[in-house]
Amino acid sequence: MRTRSMVFGLTILPILASLLITAVLIMLVGADPRAVFEKVWEGAFRDLRSFSQVINFWIPLTLVSMGLIVTFTAGLWNIGVEGQMGMGAVFATWGALTLQLPPLILIPVEILLAMLGGGLWAALVGILKTRLKVHEIFGGVALNALANIASIYLISGPWQPAEGGSVRATPPFPADALLPPMSPDFGVSLLALVIVGVVIVSVIVALRGTRWGLQLKATGKNARSALLLGVPTGRSAMSAFIVCGMVAGIAGGYRVLFTYGSLRPLVSGGIGFLGLLVVLLVSIRALWVPLVTFIFAAILGGSTRLKVALQLDASLAGVLQGFLVLAVLFSNGLRERWRETNPAHLSETDIKTPESLKADR
Amino acid sequence: MGLVMNIELKHIHKRFGAVHANNDINLTFATGRIVGILGENGAGKSTLMKILSGFQSMDSGEIWLDGKPVSYNGPQAAIAHGIGMLQQDPLDVGAFTVLENFIYGQPGNLSPKRKVAQQQLEKLSQRFGFELDPDMPVSQLSIGQRQQLEIVRLLALGVRTLILDEPTTGISTEQKTLLFDALRELAAKDSMTVLLVSHKLEDVIALCHEVAVLRAGRIVGSMDMPATTTELVTLMFGQELAAQPRQPINANSDDAVLALHKVQLRNKRMKIDNISLRVRAGEIIGLAGLDGSGQEMLLRACVGLEKCSRGQIDIAGRDMTGKSYREFLQTGVAFGAAGRLEEGLVAGLTLTEHIALVTSHQSFIDWNSARQHTEDQIKHYNVRGRPESRIETLSGGNQQRVLMALMPQEPVLMALEQPTRGLDVDSARWIWQQLIERRKGGTAIIFSSPDLDELVTYSDRIIVFCGGWVQEVADMENLTLDELGRMIGGEGVIQ
Ligand SMILES: Nc1ncnc2c1ncn2[C@@H]1O[C@H](COP(=O)(O)OP(=O)(O)OP(=O)(O)O)[C@@H](O)[C@H]1O
Ligand SMILES: [Mg+2]
Repeated sequence: MRTRSMVFGLTILPILASLLITAVLIMLVGADPRAVFEKVWEGAFRDLRSFSQVINFWIPLTLVSMGLIVTFTAGLWNIGVEGQMGMGAVFATWGALTLQLPPLILIPVEILLAMLGGGLWAALVGILKTRLKVHEIFGGVALNALANIASIYLISGPWQPAEGGSVRATPPFPADALLPPMSPDFGVSLLALVIVGVVIVSVIVALRGTRWGLQLKATGKNARSALLLGVPTGRSAMSAFIVCGMVAGIAGGYRVLFTYGSLRPLVSGGIGFLGLLVVLLVSIRALWVPLVTFIFAAILGGSTRLKVALQLDASLAGVLQGFLVLAVLFSNGLRERWRETNPAHLSETDIKTPESLKADR
Repeated sequence: MGLVMNIELKHIHKRFGAVHANNDINLTFATGRIVGILGENGAGKSTLMKILSGFQSMDSGEIWLDGKPVSYNGPQAAIAHGIGMLQQDPLDVGAFTVLENFIYGQPGNLSPKRKVAQQQLEKLSQRFGFELDPDMPVSQLSIGQRQQLEIVRLLALGVRTLILDEPTTGISTEQKTLLFDALRELAAKDSMTVLLVSHKLEDVIALCHEVAVLRAGRIVGSMDMPATTTELVTLMFGQELAAQPRQPINANSDDAVLALHKVQLRNKRMKIDNISLRVRAGEIIGLAGLDGSGQEMLLRACVGLEKCSRGQIDIAGRDMTGKSYREFLQTGVAFGAAGRLEEGLVAGLTLTEHIALVTSHQSFIDWNSARQHTEDQIKHYNVRGRPESRIETLSGGNQQRVLMALMPQEPVLMALEQPTRGLDVDSARWIWQQLIERRKGGTAIIFSSPDLDELVTYSDRIIVFCGGWVQEVADMENLTLDELGRMIGGEGVIQ
């Protein structure tokens, strides 16, 4: 029980602390933090439209975070998740721009393509790691850059809009290729919500109840021992990458098939990195992900209207995020120190690096 | 104050959930004495020592030093009070050099004191005959050297009481001699108190002035030395243990389960050429030699964890040269490594998860049956722990039992590094009974051990490793411990 309340504290406290620091900062620049938070709240929950914005941010963020739960469980830092989103978007765009199919078939095909793109890109990181011993962080960073270059090339080249080349976006997709919103007021895709639900449940079930999940966990905690116990650790790592990549691919696909309706550079918008932060914040406890991503989505979605309302820049959300990163690092550092001085508690709360991070169970 | 130190433990209690690991412990350790702490696996020895050295907190009780109650929080504070401990599983300070590690924890930290510290390190090493290169990375030291480093580090910090938890598992005979000489000298000349946790009764007999025995968390007896092994065993287990008769060779067929043909093994430090060996079903082969003479390499080669640079390995008649560990597993071999938590067990997973990992073959795990199975195994292997205990919370000896429980039931061949490492005398016998049971079913066993007695008692044949050479003991019938000891030391090697 004590561990549970501690987990709660260590998840929620950094969020509260960074809110507090941001409030102080707002006061320093001469604005009223209460007004700001009210505006953010309003921005997020004032009406169905603003709420739908929050949900539209929540969907891809939750998807990548759930994917990252899988790789973190296997002890892998999948920094490449941004590029995996990007490739998901590129593959989905190809489907949207070139395939002539009835919507009932086209949309599932687009989503499968997005999974294929993300999965492929993740598989590359996995191959680099397991065959060529390139650390997944380096492989990931390189492949992120490549995915970005690929999409810029496609936008300014083959998929250039007819009216002539800027590096802004592809032509808008035909209406049949887009995910339909639930209603004109509530611009959220039902299909996407269903997919998110399925992903959340499957990841939790897979990690808790399947041999695959247990093998991932063992690999993540001690790959050497796992190997000796007969776990195919290379295959485990590879499959974790691919699963995460496919889920991230869906998230990228969602960005182009719903949020933007076209492909643009950096389509992931940093959601992948934010997902990494979320998973560190919840110390790989899958059940916590939907809640924490929701808090993030609300703050980020709510801040978009700050500029209009208070002459404050919407990048305030970015500032808040920055503090959050620091707070997470700080609380992990604290935890570490606390462990050092109380080694007796070692077994109860080993939550720091992916190797010692525990999956939700 | 200062030089003399008298430690009193009063009514110490420590519980882990339902386990009462220390139950009302009262003990006094006088200055200048070497005290052996004995007891079966899971008796609570490590826990008590960790409490005394600040690595673990107690639930209730008092520690008195020189007539005054003290309380401290954490190992640094204990060191400040003059109590330092060498852990059962040595801590890792990976990338640091010997000197950096030596300086670590000293007041005033790093740069200006480097020179002074280096001199101090050299002086202390010289005094005890330790060979510690200040610039060598700690990761390249042998277990014995790490131990030496830890001792001089603690001494430099002014420790007056030294606690050693199973210090002689995994170190060579020379290192052991050095260690014991150092401990004797520290006790006699510097009137330090030395507490030694050990399962090796001959070590205890050689070194200690007195012993205290724990059983199931309580002190059940103490005794002044000298005492015989039998007396100590009786004190520990409440009864004498019957001597085990030597097992007759039980090879029931002539087919080789394992065959090595002119195998060459090499690593950075050595090369062993021309190893040829045929092991028949049901045979037990012991590998003898000083620590790191190549026994481990050979064991690992037999299961595909080490590549042979030349030669051929057959398992049950199939050429397995160059195949992966997983392919070896599929032919029915089993491997048990010496380092439990580094190789073999996964810290952070529960017992049930370990069992499920090796037994479930369906995609979905049936946790109920896995738990049931775990409970059976716990009973069968007499493990102190519950299905939901995390493996790292088990005592060292109980971890070893779990390692055994995780092995397949009827392997063709078992390759075991130090199968009874860290086990109390009774448990070690019990493990061997299990192994001999399996051998009756046709399993061949090849194992290494630093314990000559164990080698002579259980092996049908013994292979001696020495200075890059291997040699089979010719006359097993009349082999004595002394003779084996001399062969390991390099005498009588036919070159
Ligand atoms: N951190 C922990 N959490 C839960 N139980 C623990 C923990 N540490 C020790 N125990 C339990 O306390 C008991 C005593 O353990 P301890 O390690 O002190 O035994 P030991 O006498 O050193 O045994 P061994 O000879 O096998 O090393 C064991 O039953 C063990 O499972
Ligand atoms: Mg112990």
